[in-house]
Formats: sequence, structure tokens, C-alpha cells
Amino acid sequence: MIYDSLIELLKWLSITGPAASAIAAFINSIFPVVFIIPFALFAVYLERKVSAHMQDRLGPMRVGWHGWLQSFADILKLIQKEDVVPAQADRWLFNIAPVLAFVGSYAAFAAIPFTSTYVGSGIDLGIIFIVAISSLVVASLLMAGWASNNKYSLLGAMRSAAQIISYEIPTVVVILTLLCVTGTLSLYQLSENQTGNIFNWMIFGGYSGGWQKFALIPFMLVGMVILFISTLAEVNRTPFDIPEAESELVAGYHTEYTGMKFAMFFLAEYANMFAVSAIVSALFFGGYQSPFGYVGKLLGISWLVPFEQLFWFTMKGMFFVFVQMWLRWTLPRLRVDQLMNMCWKYLIPISIANFLIVAFLMAL
Amino acid sequence: MLTEFGKIFAFLIFSIVFVLIALISAKIVAPARPTREKLLTYECGENPLGTPWIKFNFRFYVVALIFLIFDVEIVLLLPWAVTYRQWGLEGFAIGAIFLILLVLGMAYEWRKGDLEWERPLVRPPATPQASVETELHPVMENESPITEISN
Repeated sequence: MIYDSLIELLKWLSITGPAASAIAAFINSIFPVVFIIPFALFAVYLERKVSAHMQDRLGPMRVGWHGWLQSFADILKLIQKEDVVPAQADRWLFNIAPVLAFVGSYAAFAAIPFTSTYVGSGIDLGIIFIVAISSLVVASLLMAGWASNNKYSLLGAMRSAAQIISYEIPTVVVILTLLCVTGTLSLYQLSENQTGNIFNWMIFGGYSGGWQKFALIPFMLVGMVILFISTLAEVNRTPFDIPEAESELVAGYHTEYTGMKFAMFFLAEYANMFAVSAIVSALFFGGYQSPFGYVGKLLGISWLVPFEQLFWFTMKGMFFVFVQMWLRWTLPRLRVDQLMNMCWKYLIPISIANFLIVAFLMAL
Repeated sequence: MLTEFGKIFAFLIFSIVFVLIALISAKIVAPARPTREKLLTYECGENPLGTPWIKFNFRFYVVALIFLIFDVEIVLLLPWAVTYRQWGLEGFAIGAIFLILLVLGMAYEWRKGDLEWERPLVRPPATPQASVETELHPVMENESPITEISN
């Protein structure tokens, strides 16, 4: 664990006691942001390129080679933009909302294991903590929508809140399904256990031996699809993007936001995209584990292994982010009532049936 | 020694500090020249009409209530699922009965129509034979004839 090494390092610098703990915890909490910001910059660029190529366009081409500096230009632009707070808005809530949005999505990274040597906080609650802290995002959306004193914002926020809380239920039922099989809530434990090779991943029935492993495969597949759909809805991506449907609601809850506050919502959105991808990969696709062995272990270079794990973690996360973008440009947007039907009448009954079947298989 | 939740607290503090640094640096760099028009609430270029702070549609509360019921039942299931492997078929029976009760409740909600997203009634569009006046004033159909008003 990096936290323990930091404590060791501080001891070597003759700093001990509570001060050392506080400094180490603070440094410990910086690592995800070092990962998220380059990711967000790259993902914005990737989104534009992917959408462009799917529509037979070229996308950004001017700023740097094939437009790769476009995101940096955007950041520079966003910093220089005037921060407009509408006269009719509720100033306090209007200013707090972007902070809360980012805090909610960033705190979720505390329980996501990046490598076997780095997880922000090794709490046993893991995935339930992530589900809980992500609810802060709902509060921030409602705040933003209400405080803007704008009809589009309020409609977007209400839709968004209804959608996120509805889709939380299939997510948690799938998590319960996995919990029956693994008995651990900690994503770190779960990822550690899915080591070895690709067939120890939960999608292939998990690491426990026996005939159940093979019987579980189809139900794990169903669970994975449900989890992916509902996490897609929780981060408001197309086809579930009615909260910010640009053709009817302008921009939804962040219609009135400009400059850096808008950038914070944007950053939180991309951080959330990666967080849910990382959760799907940690639950079903082995988290940071390599699908085959490690080069580091083969060559006997132990420090290489965490870097390889970080590579696989990033690759799996990026793959699911890419699938999200792919779906965005493939599927049309759902209507509000279709969206609610999809959740309450399809996903929840299917996930509960799936849960019962898996529980029965594990009881035998 | 810091507990694991202490580390999460560090995460919360750091993210607040991060956002504040970003917002303050933007405040220093960005211009601030507010005008009356700029501070108007955006409504596609029109002057805003009325307030959005109204009594909101009831269906959102129904969704929130159903969510609350499900969430509480899931919280009750969590400890059962964590220790599930120790109990065997007996544990399965207990959980299954609980879940079936939950599903029965959901079937009741479904039958009562609480899962339906209430849609406003859409009037069928006027028939092609209808006169231009009724197309222009479809709400007035049941009231006194339009000709009388215009006269």
C-alpha cells in the first residue's frame, strides 16, 4: 500500500505521529486526481474524435497534430470565461452545487483499487460506500437545478434525480447478486481474488471452484448487462440523457453555469464515467488484474507488476468508456416514460429473478 | 493512526480544496462585466415569464417513495447476502420469502399503476376536413361559436 510507504518515508524524514498520518492521507488522496485530469482531457478529445468518425467527419484537426491539443485549448478558454450568476438565482446553492458534484464523484474514487498497491481507502464497505457517496451527485444536481431559477434547469434536475434514484435499485440488486457469490463488499478484495487468468474473472463464474462456476456464467452475463445499462443511466449518458437533452432542455441542470463552474460539472461527469467503468470492470472483469500472467513476475522484477496492473486497469476503464461513447452515437434518446418503464418493468424484475437464481445455485 | 474512514475524509477535504483552487484561479483570470441583460435568466432569448419555483409534478414524489421502499428492503438484505455462504438452503429460503414479499408488493404497485409514468392526455390532431378556424382555436370547440365572438 502506498499509504504505508508514505508513512515509512515520513518516518525517515523524522515526522511521526498524527502529523505523519495527516500528511500521508493528504498525499494519498491526491493520486486519483493525477489520474482523472489527464483522463478527462483525453476522454473529451476521444469523444469528439469518436463521434466525428462515426458520422464520417474528421473532428478537431487544427490545434496540434490531429487536434490533440484541443482539450488544452478548451481548458484555457474555460478559465478565461466570465462567471455569470443570474440575478434571479439563489447565490449560495448556485455556488455550492458544482463543489458538491465534484466532491461526490471524487470521493467515489477512494474505494476503487487502481493497482494492488494503491487503493485510496481500504474500507470493507467498498462498493456500498461508492453507491452511497455517489448520491451526493443527485443532491448537487437538484441544488443546481433549483438554484438556477430556470425552467430548463429545474426540469432537467428533476428528471435527473428521478432517473438516478430509479436506476440505483437494479445496480444494488446486481451488487447483492455478486455479494452472494463472493461474500465481500471490498472492491480491493474482489479484484485481488480474481487473479491468475481470465477464467477467474466474475464474468466467467468467479474464482470459486466447483460446478457452480460453470452454472453461474449465463447469470453473470445477465447481471453484467443490467449493471452496465443502469450505470449508464446513472451517469446520464445517451440513450439515457433526457436530463440534459440538448434539443429540448438546452443543457439541463447546468444551463445557467458558465466558465469554471461549468467545467467542474463537466469534470465530475467524466470522472463519473470513468468511475462506473472501473466499477463494472472491478466487479466482473477482474479490476486491475491482467487477463494472463504478468511480465514483471516472469522476469522477477517486482516493481513492474503495479505498473502493469495500472495499465490493465486503465485499458479496461477506457474500453468501457469507449463503449459508452459508441452507444451514444448509435442509439436514439429514450422518452421519459420509456426510461422509467425500462427500469421499473424490465431491469428490476429481471435483476431480482437473476438474484434469486444465483442465490439458489450458491445454496446448493 | 488513521482509520480507513479518515483517509476518505482526506479525500473529501482534498476535493473541496481542489475545486476551490480552480474556482478562485478562474475568478482571478476571468473578466467580470455584468450587465442587466447578461444576468437575466436564460429562456432562449425571450424575457423570462413567471417563476420556475412552482409546485412540481406529483409523479416525481411517487418515484421517490417507491425508491425509498426498495432501498430499505435492499439495506435489510445486505447483511443476509454478506453471510450467505454459511447458511445453505435454509438461508436461501429466508431470503427468498422476503424477496417474494417484495416482488408481491411491486406487483401490487404495478397493478395499481404507480409504476406508470403519467403522460398528459394528447388530443388527436384535427382531421384534414376540419376548417381552418377550428385548427387555429381547438380549445374553443365546446364554447360558443367563434363566428359570434368575432362579430
